[in-house]
Amino acid sequence: MEATQLIKVTVDGKTVEVPVGTTIMEAARMIGPEVAPPAMCYYKPLKGSGGKCRACLVKVAQGSEKDPRPMPKLVASCITQAQDGMVVENFSNPDVVNARKGIVEFLLINHPLDCPVCDQAGECHLQDFAFEHGLGTTRYDDERRTFEPEDIGDKIQLNKNRCILCYRCVYTAEQITDSRVHGVMYRGDHAEISTYISKAIENDFSGNVIDVCPVGALTDKTYRFKSRVWFSKPADAHCNCDKCSGKVNLWYKGDEVIRVTARKNQWGEVEDFICNDCRYEKKKTSDWVIEGPTKIPRHSVISANKYAANTIKKPEFAMDFAAHNFKEIDDNRDYNKSLEEIKKSGDYKNLMNKNKALLSK
Amino acid sequence: MASDIKILTDKINIPGIETFEVYRKNGGYAAVEKAIKKMSPDEIVEEVKKSGIRGRGGAGFPMGMKWSFLAKPEGIPRYLVCNGDESEPGTFKDHYLMKNIPHLLIEGMIVSSFALGANKSFIYVRGELMYVIRILEKAIEEAKNAGFLGKNILGSGYDLELVVQPGGGAYICGEETALLESLEGKRGNPRNKPPFPAIKGLYQSPTVVNNVESIATTSWIINHGGDEYAKLGIGRSTGTKLISASGHVKKPGVYEIELGLPVEEFIYSDQYLGGIREGHQLKAVVAGGSSVPILPANLIMKTANGEPRLMSYESLSDGGFATGTMLGSGGFIAMDETTCIVRNTWNFSRFYHHESCGQCSPCREGTGWMEKVLHKIEHGHGKMSDIDLLVDVAKRIEGNTICPLGDAAAWPVGSAIRHFRDEFEWHITHPHEATQKGAVFMNKSILV
Ligand SMILES: Cc1cc2nc3c(=O)[nH]c(=O)nc-3n(C[C@H](O)[C@H](O)[C@H](O)COP(=O)(O)O)c2cc1C
Ligand code: SF4
Ligand code: SF4
Ligand code: FES
Repeated sequence: MEATQLIKVTVDGKTVEVPVGTTIMEAARMIGPEVAPPAMCYYKPLKGSGGKCRACLVKVAQGSEKDPRPMPKLVASCITQAQDGMVVENFSNPDVVNARKGIVEFLLINHPLDCPVCDQAGECHLQDFAFEHGLGTTRYDDERRTFEPEDIGDKIQLNKNRCILCYRCVYTAEQITDSRVHGVMYRGDHAEISTYISKAIENDFSGNVIDVCPVGALTDKTYRFKSRVWFSKPADAHCNCDKCSGKVNLWYKGDEVIRVTARKNQWGEVEDFICNDCRYEKKKTSDWVIEGPTKIPRHSVISANKYAANTIKKPEFAMDFAAHNFKEIDDNRDYNKSLEEIKKSGDYKNLMNKNKALLSK
Repeated sequence: MASDIKILTDKINIPGIETFEVYRKNGGYAAVEKAIKKMSPDEIVEEVKKSGIRGRGGAGFPMGMKWSFLAKPEGIPRYLVCNGDESEPGTFKDHYLMKNIPHLLIEGMIVSSFALGANKSFIYVRGELMYVIRILEKAIEEAKNAGFLGKNILGSGYDLELVVQPGGGAYICGEETALLESLEGKRGNPRNKPPFPAIKGLYQSPTVVNNVESIATTSWIINHGGDEYAKLGIGRSTGTKLISASGHVKKPGVYEIELGLPVEEFIYSDQYLGGIREGHQLKAVVAGGSSVPILPANLIMKTANGEPRLMSYESLSDGGFATGTMLGSGGFIAMDETTCIVRNTWNFSRFYHHESCGQCSPCREGTGWMEKVLHKIEHGHGKMSDIDLLVDVAKRIEGNTICPLGDAAAWPVGSAIRHFRDEFEWHITHPHEATQKGAVFMNKSILV
């Protein structure tokens, strides 16, 4: 057998050897989470995914050993193949970080920050993406697009207000279900994910669109509002299923299985898609063979403060960047003063008067 | 430097030239005979390379080089696709050619398909132009009956089927990869590149996509030789170019110019546009279709170095985006002092907002955002910070999208603010005056 040809790729100063044909994204993931670009639309198990959200833009500072010229524009790392000797700047390039901030801002235009009510809170990739880039707002101050609720069946809730049009669910429907009934309609920012004339999505594997959705646009009606993800405990389990691999995560609240999902790797991608029977119908522990507690991926809020070893280390450049770019806070506004002093201030008095007026109404 | 050389439009006014008979009598299809009987495909590609012609669809990529990139794997068909979508606001030259002299395009398609080894080729035309589609279909039928299309063309053993495909009428379907998706019967979303169409195009097969004008030129190149073509024009801008001129000029229309013609001569000489309409003066020009940066009158006549600006790829882009623009698709829009730049920019922005395919986040969200901010400024609700916000949003779209529609949406906004910032500021500081009917700001004097 011919040995696979290996090429050298350097991302943020760290070098890895990968087979020819590997994308920059996959090469970076091999190095580790500290240099892996964020991904909102790319989903390795789905063929053809990627290239759309532009969250993974990187700078190619050197094209290859042979042709060291840099690439003129930022490139989407999830769909750009690496070359031998390629040097990529990711978190280490301020232009890249800035462009990504731009992407967060664009995405937040039509994605409300209603995390307190959204079922995806704690498992939302956009939440992580925004958090990692220090942006929770957008300068957009016009009306957002809003949609009436659309019924697409008894198991899946569609909330188009939150959809970021990553196309993952479309690829899922196309690739793992036999009758695709949903896709994207219209163009531009009028584009909407929808079903064919509000048809229900009800084939055997349709539930997987919930797992691939990076935000809270597609959620599980059998689980919604039963708990928040950080109050639940996931366990790895399997069953003998004649439709799918039967490998799942069971999400426990106390002794009760409140949700069943496919298992995801550290990048939030499903390893084996599961069928609707496993997802919706088998909600008793006795339906399953329990393997043990799930190893929490870095993305999950469940890991916060518990799994220190698992959490992402901030790259050194970020510390440098912060040290050079952020000055000490020099803020002498009212709220920094002692309570007694605040009480004396005019602002405080005004506020109190307003409150009084409101309460007396 | 006015030159009378016409290679695409010399016969366009002959009565009946849209019929095979008249076209043939006037020397038509000689290039097909020469190409198929006397030349090898490689020789044709060589002539096109020698001509130095750059694609006339907008990007100006050398046509011969594009042809030579075409992969030629065994046993897999190759395709030639002619891009007749032409939806760029301000551009209407391909329509003019297809409608008036359809056989010129068909002759070019046969020569080019033979050179590329394609046995099935497509002409993709914007669906709204149904009557043009019918004209082309009739011409194809005539050429087929005369033995220039179909099986065994001129007894050479070469077969070619030519199909006219009506497009969905979306601007994005003019982008070459979106066009291919649309031809395949799918939603016209641009593909990520690479792979380029030359490697994996229509039905995953090697494909060349060229503009109508580019393909129509190949007959002349074959008849007269690439070297002759390269003698026309200036520098790396060889040959002639169709310019569709509109706006406040005395004689709007489609003109064939030799590249290198001074812009001033193009606008003011009687042979071309005949100047700006009576009693008015030129304020700004969009030289290559709505997507290219707008230039104020002084910068369109002369480059920042004070040299006369020429109608050529190099001269128009001299100065980069700071003081230059692009030849683009040749949609020349002249605006006099009665034009409100803010309103014009908003109008362009509305177009790109409407036409973004919506696949990638910066373009999908950014085009809508810019449009809304411009709408507010135009309607007297703008804030001073909106101007910098627009510049910033445009920058965040530019270069970060799948296809160049993102850039096309960002450049008009960025350039309008770069050159006409005081006009935007005036709109914001004088919301009442600015929203009066016909209000226009120019050089601190206000026309209402
Ligand atoms: C949004 C968009 C719209 C386009 N529309 C057209 C068009 O209508 N006609 C055209 O020939 N090229 C159009 N182009 C350029 C094509 O992608 C492609 O470059 C061209 O057809 C190649 O032909 P050429 O090499 O002969 O110029 C468009 C590009 C973009 C990004
Ligand atoms: S519903 Fe979810 S998965 Fe589907 S396109 Fe929208 S955000 Fe992506
Ligand atoms: S740049 Fe705009 S038109 Fe082009 S692929 Fe992206 S969203 Fe579609
Ligand atoms: S993850 Fe690469 S473009 Fe979306």
